[in-house]
Amino acid sequence: MTREEALLKYVLRLGDNALILAQRLVQLVAHGPELEEEMANANFALDYLGQARMFYSLAGELEGKGREEDDFAFQRDEREFCSFLLLEQPNGHFGDTIARSVLFEHFYIPQLEALANCSEPRLAAIAARAVKEIRYHQRHDSQWLTRLGDGTEESHRLIQESLDDLWRFTGEMFEGDEIDDIVRDEFGGPDLGQIRETWQHNIAALLNEATLRMPGEQWMDMGARSGRHTEHFGPLIAEMQYLQRSYPGLRW
Amino acid sequence: MLPAITEDAVWTYLQDVPDPEIPVVSVVDLGIVREVRVDGERIEVDVSPTYSGCPATEVIEESILSRLQDEGFATVSINRVLSPPWTTDWISAAGREKLREYGIAPPVGSASKRELLGRPKVHCPRCGAEETSVVSEFGSTACKASYKCGACLEPFEYFKCI
Repeated sequence: MTREEALLKYVLRLGDNALILAQRLVQLVAHGPELEEEMANANFALDYLGQARMFYSLAGELEGKGREEDDFAFQRDEREFCSFLLLEQPNGHFGDTIARSVLFEHFYIPQLEALANCSEPRLAAIAARAVKEIRYHQRHDSQWLTRLGDGTEESHRLIQESLDDLWRFTGEMFEGDEIDDIVRDEFGGPDLGQIRETWQHNIAALLNEATLRMPGEQWMDMGARSGRHTEHFGPLIAEMQYLQRSYPGLRW
Repeated sequence: MLPAITEDAVWTYLQDVPDPEIPVVSVVDLGIVREVRVDGERIEVDVSPTYSGCPATEVIEESILSRLQDEGFATVSINRVLSPPWTTDWISAAGREKLREYGIAPPVGSASKRELLGRPKVHCPRCGAEETSVVSEFGSTACKASYKCGACLEPFEYFKCI
């Protein structure tokens, strides 16, 4: 694989993560637990969607075959999406949504911080822009995790269950492949080993504050980097792509 | 033949282009117009989006384009510039005053990481009181949070420091 091919695939993966989480958060609109939280999550979705658009536009430039952001979002099949399995998991109850966001944001922030200093200037610019937004999300979601964990007996039990259920999807975030290696070595991209340490340290501190227990070592579900997804992914993109699949090239 | 245009004149025209969501401030007040370059009849304007997903970005670019075209300049191009990322630190003093008069508390302090994580002391834009509290981290748009005043009891929006 050439360094250019690796960079293109890496940028597409970034776009996929942002798009799929955006799509999940959008599904909370009109279904949020309360108005303020509904607006918060809709705003998060908007940030992620904006980031996905920037990553896909850059991917289009890198590829140079005339594909644009909409082609990447709406004209690819399930196996071509390399988003983390964590992000496609259903919104569930509010604790599930918060736990999913917290586990991802603690990975995404150090990833973006490293990318903001990488040698591909367009990617660095997007990362520097995006990380400011995700820090704000993380603050909001971490506060909720603490509030639910250190809240009532019921909220504590439910958020602990959310963490236990989602934990098996966290391992793959740190399992790099050739593409991660090339982007790290050739473009000064993130070191996944370092991110794992940062993530474990910060998550442990947060769970401690939230009076929650860190789930133990366990089997990890993997597949994102090769486009193998859980059963929740198909319905998600079927809904997301419906309009462009039915009316290809449709524009507002 | 049009008279020669100066960069200063372009900046003056752009003072009239309102932000579509907070029309009391102009795109210049907000600090999202980064640079203006004039080469003969050709005008180039660099614009930074506030947030990645800001739905107003396209509308703002269109408004800038049409404002300059109204003045008769046909060859205007807009560049979207991401780096360095926009920060609320670039909102002008006049812009902050306009926000306050409009009822939106302007961002407090500078957008350093430390202050983003701390809780800023936001004064009520109506009565100036210090006793205010957060109702929600998000308001009607991604760039604002919802607050209420403990003195005059009025709800208000706070332009987040980012």
